[in-house]
Amino acid sequence: MLKTFIIGIVLGIVAGAAALYAYPVVDQHREASIVSVAPNGRNTESFHVNVPMDRILVGAPGQTQALPPGMEWPVDPVLEGVRVELFKLRNERDTVVGVASRTVAKNERFDVIDWVLHLPARGSVFASIRSEALEGGFRRGELRAGSRELATLSGSVTERWVADTSGNEDAPAGRIELIATYVGSQDGLK
Amino acid sequence: MKYLITLLLGAIVGVVILAAVLIYNPFLAQRGISPLSVSDSELISLNYSSVPSDAIVFTNNGESQWKPYPEKTLQLWEPSIRLSSAMATVMHDARSQTAGIGIKFSSSSERTRLLRGEVLFDSVWYLYLPDRGSLFIEQSENYWPFIREVVAPAYRSSAKSWKGSWLGNLTTGPGALGTSFVTAGSGPLQGTKMQGVESLSAKAYSVDSGPIAAEGRLLIEMPGADENTDDAAFAE
Repeated sequence: MLKTFIIGIVLGIVAGAAALYAYPVVDQHREASIVSVAPNGRNTESFHVNVPMDRILVGAPGQTQALPPGMEWPVDPVLEGVRVELFKLRNERDTVVGVASRTVAKNERFDVIDWVLHLPARGSVFASIRSEALEGGFRRGELRAGSRELATLSGSVTERWVADTSGNEDAPAGRIELIATYVGSQDGLK
Repeated sequence: MKYLITLLLGAIVGVVILAAVLIYNPFLAQRGISPLSVSDSELISLNYSSVPSDAIVFTNNGESQWKPYPEKTLQLWEPSIRLSSAMATVMHDARSQTAGIGIKFSSSSERTRLLRGEVLFDSVWYLYLPDRGSLFIEQSENYWPFIREVVAPAYRSSAKSWKGSWLGNLTTGPGALGTSFVTAGSGPLQGTKMQGVESLSAKAYSVDSGPIAAEGRLLIEMPGADENTDDAAFAE
């Protein structure tokens, strides 16, 4: 009887260790990437944010209505002219694939329009957008850095506001469209 | 039949022994020291409160002990993001003055291996510091030492809470020395590559509401660092 018990203990330890080794504790849900090849050979991927339903945070000095309700934006001269937004990020199929932040700031020395796109199963990208608007309402910028699968990519990002014209009652007011153009690099960004 | 029951009881005891070894094994995932603590370069030191209710906004899937703040914040319940969290918070400098805004996205990592004492999170920080510009930090973090030395004791306590003093590095990579990669996006440091380390100092934790008193710290090594730093000097 004692031998059986000891064998059971050993089996329990081995089975537990094997299970921890074989089965992933974390299994991130992965949506298939929708990447198209542009005529110039570059890869493009399109994301968007439905406004207002995908907004998590809109933070800026002097806001009359807080989002989310109850949020208190810090009152500090250091943060004068800073606007931070957090969103859920969708792919071309309108499926949520990540979260994103957009930060706009102005001071005497430099202007900032920065995006961070965080795609949990793939990695993140960081893009700086130039403040000048181009024809068609686009703003264009560069991928500055990335992480994990996206670490070795460089390229550009455009942002554009697209107002909803469907007239549907439950349609969003519009969407922020982001198109990332990736260029693979042997050296990557690191 | 009695042999089968004995075998099953033995197996349950075996699993409990394995769990105890994982939790109490002092050789798994030591807290280590920050490789930047011996750097000769100028360091940017930024502090923030790790208590969700001290943030401007904190959100996750709403099922964790770390509750979304404010309460009515949009939660990350969709399959692709349900193992992720997002936080926006005020960053303070070493003199506790406001230094800027920090945004952190964090997701459970598929590279998590409990057998190796690794509860990993892939996270990125975006920092906007009016004096320095914007910075992007890419890192993986290991929360195993925190879970073992703070969360587990809180569960074992009859009050379902922990009080004490815990300090440890969270950053474990992707840098070879367990540092994060930092890239400056705009401002005076634009395009500069740096490295950093995030650490956590906890004083109180509750099973019901997560951290009650905890402060995070980001250390970023400024450019001009000694490129020929001897790796061996950082060996633990």
